[in-house]
Amino acid sequence: MTQAAGKRFDDLAARLDAFLASPDAALVAAAPNLADELLAIGETILEIWLSAHGKTPTARTVEGFRLLALHRQGAQRDASFNACRETCRELIYHRNLVCLDSVHPDTARRLRLAAMVARHLALFIGGKLEVAGLGEFCCSSRPLRQHETNIQRGMA
Amino acid sequence: MSGNYKSVAYYPGCALEGTGHAYNRSTKELGKALGLELTELKNWNCCGAMEVKNIDPKLQTYLSARNLSIAEEMGFSTVMAPCNGCYHNLKKAEYDLANDNGSREVNERLSQKAGHKTYEAGKVETIHALDWIKQEIGEEGLKARVKNSLKGLKVANYYGCMYTRPRHIFPEKDRGPGSESTAKPHFMDDLLAAAGAENVDYPLKTACCGGAHTLSDSDTSTKLVLNLLTTAEACGADVIATECPTCHTGLEMHQVRAEKVFGRKTSVKILYFTQLLGMALGLSPRKVGVHENFSDSSDLLRTKGLGR
Repeated sequence: MTQAAGKRFDDLAARLDAFLASPDAALVAAAPNLADELLAIGETILEIWLSAHGKTPTARTVEGFRLLALHRQGAQRDASFNACRETCRELIYHRNLVCLDSVHPDTARRLRLAAMVARHLALFIGGKLEVAGLGEFCCSSRPLRQHETNIQRGMA
Repeated sequence: MSGNYKSVAYYPGCALEGTGHAYNRSTKELGKALGLELTELKNWNCCGAMEVKNIDPKLQTYLSARNLSIAEEMGFSTVMAPCNGCYHNLKKAEYDLANDNGSREVNERLSQKAGHKTYEAGKVETIHALDWIKQEIGEEGLKARVKNSLKGLKVANYYGCMYTRPRHIFPEKDRGPGSESTAKPHFMDDLLAAAGAENVDYPLKTACCGGAHTLSDSDTSTKLVLNLLTTAEACGADVIATECPTCHTGLEMHQVRAEKVFGRKTSVKILYFTQLLGMALGLSPRKVGVHENFSDSSDLLRTKGLGR
């Protein structure tokens, strides 16, 4: 991971920590805006991944959400990226719950859960960037040493 | 799914003979208590776990094909694998053998060299322990057998990443009512609810636990697990129910490491779903291997009337 990407992840982590440390009343008072901010944090996390892989993050949307379009873009030719597909969907789900009824008694809890989901996304993507040089392990990873194996077999 | 799983071949896999021994023990005891018959594959081999495919994915396919071939030779049409990694690899081998000529060629060549029958796709169905109980016993069947209800126990069901991914190797999932969902799996939720547990709405039920990076980047794994644990606690869970030995061990070990390295203590307990169901059926905690877990849940179980 580059120093700049690392700094951005640190900033996002600090923001999420501050978010989770906020009192319920403060969360409820700004509920819809905070829900949108968490969604934007999710988008930023995926933008960092895409930029680190030389791609221009898309401005398009899927099912009305840019986060899902960014996820789809990140998952192209990298099936292991799908391990955060439902994390992205959960973030949107919690954001929607808050925006649909921001005075619901569970609003503060929903925002906290959304922040925890966003934090998981940051840890997963940050972790993937961190260990990219060590080899992929996830459920559908592209074999990094396939070329080497083919050479040994005289198939390259 | 055939839905006839009273007697199936059993592929425990390597983890269930080591760190996941409690899962092995509780799966067998649960089967016995439910009148289901498990016959362990003779001379089974490692599925290649997460590592072999990074070197040679077709060799990995062969490793699972050999296990499926053994099941077929033993006369079984179904093999049950409780470990998500083994389950995933058997399903992936089935898919690759049905769709990839290269995988078929390697499988044929290695099978001949090893001197056993070449496995052909479609001969043996692979199911998970969750399918086994859900399809053969079902919620109503479980309810009728419950002796110690899990009532009052709040559970976050954690499925991990490999039970549902990638979607294309699980053609039986996402088939509407009665089938498992890859977006929001629910079989474990259904079974534990039938045993009386109160499931919490856990938003990270299929999120990554960092299991595969536990040695190469332990801090990342610990942070991922810590977030899984704190989120479960924020949801009000007493227990995280697991159905994968890698996830289970990761949650337990990194719970300890999170406290040591980051000073973050969490109190949520970690138990296999087979242990919880076994205790609900009246089996003792010892019988289902609770003493083999790193996460000490004895106080909680006593409080809920499940400990003895």
